[in-house]
Amino acid sequence: MTETAIETPRASDSTGMAYLNTLPRRLVTIYLPLSIFMIVLLFPFYWMAITTFKPNDELYSYKEHSPFLIKSPTLANVEKLLFSTNYPEWLFNTMLVAVVATALAVFASVLAAYAIQRLRFKGAQTVGLLIFLAYLVPPSILFIPLATMVYGLGLYDTSWSLILTYPTFLIPFCTWLMMGYFKSIPYELEECALIDGATRLQILWKITLPLAVPGLISAGIFAFTLSWNEFIYALAFISSSEEKTVPVGVLTQLVEGDVYHWGALMAGALFGSLPVAILYSFFVEYYVSSLTGAVKE
Amino acid sequence: MATAAIGRTADLARKPLVEILDNKTVLSILCMLPAAILLLTFLTYPLGLGIWLGFTDTKIGRDGVFVGIDNYLSLFDDSVFLLSVFNTILYTTIATTLKFGLGLYLALLLNNHLPFKALLRAIILLPWIVPTVLSAIAFWWIYDAQFSILSYMLQKMGLIDQYIDFLGKPANARASLIAANVWRGIPFVAICLLAGLQTISPSLYEAAALDGATPWQRFRHVTMPMLMPILSIVLTFSVLFTFTDFQLIYAITRGGPVNSTHLMATLAFQRAIPGGQLGEGAAIATAMIPFLVAATLSSYFGLQRRKWQQGETDD
Repeated sequence: MTETAIETPRASDSTGMAYLNTLPRRLVTIYLPLSIFMIVLLFPFYWMAITTFKPNDELYSYKEHSPFLIKSPTLANVEKLLFSTNYPEWLFNTMLVAVVATALAVFASVLAAYAIQRLRFKGAQTVGLLIFLAYLVPPSILFIPLATMVYGLGLYDTSWSLILTYPTFLIPFCTWLMMGYFKSIPYELEECALIDGATRLQILWKITLPLAVPGLISAGIFAFTLSWNEFIYALAFISSSEEKTVPVGVLTQLVEGDVYHWGALMAGALFGSLPVAILYSFFVEYYVSSLTGAVKE
Repeated sequence: MATAAIGRTADLARKPLVEILDNKTVLSILCMLPAAILLLTFLTYPLGLGIWLGFTDTKIGRDGVFVGIDNYLSLFDDSVFLLSVFNTILYTTIATTLKFGLGLYLALLLNNHLPFKALLRAIILLPWIVPTVLSAIAFWWIYDAQFSILSYMLQKMGLIDQYIDFLGKPANARASLIAANVWRGIPFVAICLLAGLQTISPSLYEAAALDGATPWQRFRHVTMPMLMPILSIVLTFSVLFTFTDFQLIYAITRGGPVNSTHLMATLAFQRAIPGGQLGEGAAIATAMIPFLVAATLSSYFGLQRRKWQQGETDD
């Protein structure tokens, strides 16, 4: 499903009726609004980046310096972020939690999706629906009871509290995605393997999974991004600075009382966004297909 | 029946492990186990526990006793809670409307024949990929009272005389939060709807045009009906995530000025975690559930159309 969704001929790419529009008309009705959208959508990132590298005297005087340009770029904010805060530790924590939670979720989801979609046990349809409903339960409702559970289990203020709770929103999404993916793999391949005497686990491992690699990548990078971006659990379950994740650390540790270090804050935001943005740039098509695929199912 | 089951188990016991694993029922149970354990322990159980906590007076570090609906009764007289309900509904309605209006417009623009289309699509999705809190911090800085770049630009254009106090006044703060949420939500809506638009065959438009349909009629009677199924699902998700939004509000205003921009999620957090009133916080969170169920059902069934519109059988 995922791969085919990308490759389907796009209705608009064929000539259609586009030739009826003249160039000046296209400029006004398409390119102008599109560029406005682009500017608005990208401006916060530009502003984030430019604030990061601005020295303080330029940052706080718009009269003498144009706010949109940098005259003397500085790395002072980045240096402050890296050497006088726990930022490297936050990065490490976020990476650790995101990688382990993603691995756990993808493992559980692949098995569950295979059981629901391919083994078709009794009640598989119902289980599939229940998993979809689980996707609709938002973390905002769960964090209070989860906080008491995390405290009761002695996991408070450890990365384990996040590693174990993140799969709750990752598994429903990944399972749903993998179910759609397995559905697109022809049954006949598995039947051939059965006739040749393969066991079901061998079929999963040697036939189905290799064919589902694009789906696995989609699920994996999407789960990774979702864990990287998670905020409310990390805010509620972690209290000491060294254990925080990037989004929570930047927001809670870089503001001292009423003093906002905007340069360092923007540097934190920029470097916290970059890993996801880079990962995203390599796998754009997978993101788009998992996003739209999950909705289409 | 029972003997048959026992017989089967006994059979299983004699077979080698490989064959037991090949048994469909055994394998199904084993495959479902990791997901089921994680979801039941950390999703289903806390969901029930949250509803139970809402009926107790639990505080941090102290187990609560059952107090019936006292929490809900006191919330009903709590002006901050009532304001948060109002804010949540206002925020969801306006932000969702804007996101869908602008998102659909952007999707229609992208559905034209454009150079660098893949690149454009990649760039547009960026606000949605980047961690919400981090882009919210950028908005926080853009909305700064003294150094707001927005105010600066508007003043340079001669539209305003003095800097706007974006986050200092309740009405301004609400509008600013909605703008930030719309900014983040447009890409999701646009890309999903674009995927829907691309499945519509161009011959439908050509046929409509030959029949003399105007561009508006083509949009209203070809695009919209074909887009409805995917639109209803995207709308359901969008309403759900906007209604329970926490990150943007917490990052930009933390419910201020003077508790005037709290949504139910942020108020629940404030009462439960820093405030220590777990019971009351859980009651606020539980109070979201009926709204969520209603919103999900109405947007799903309200807009869900027959499947034959996508070329499937109507069942």
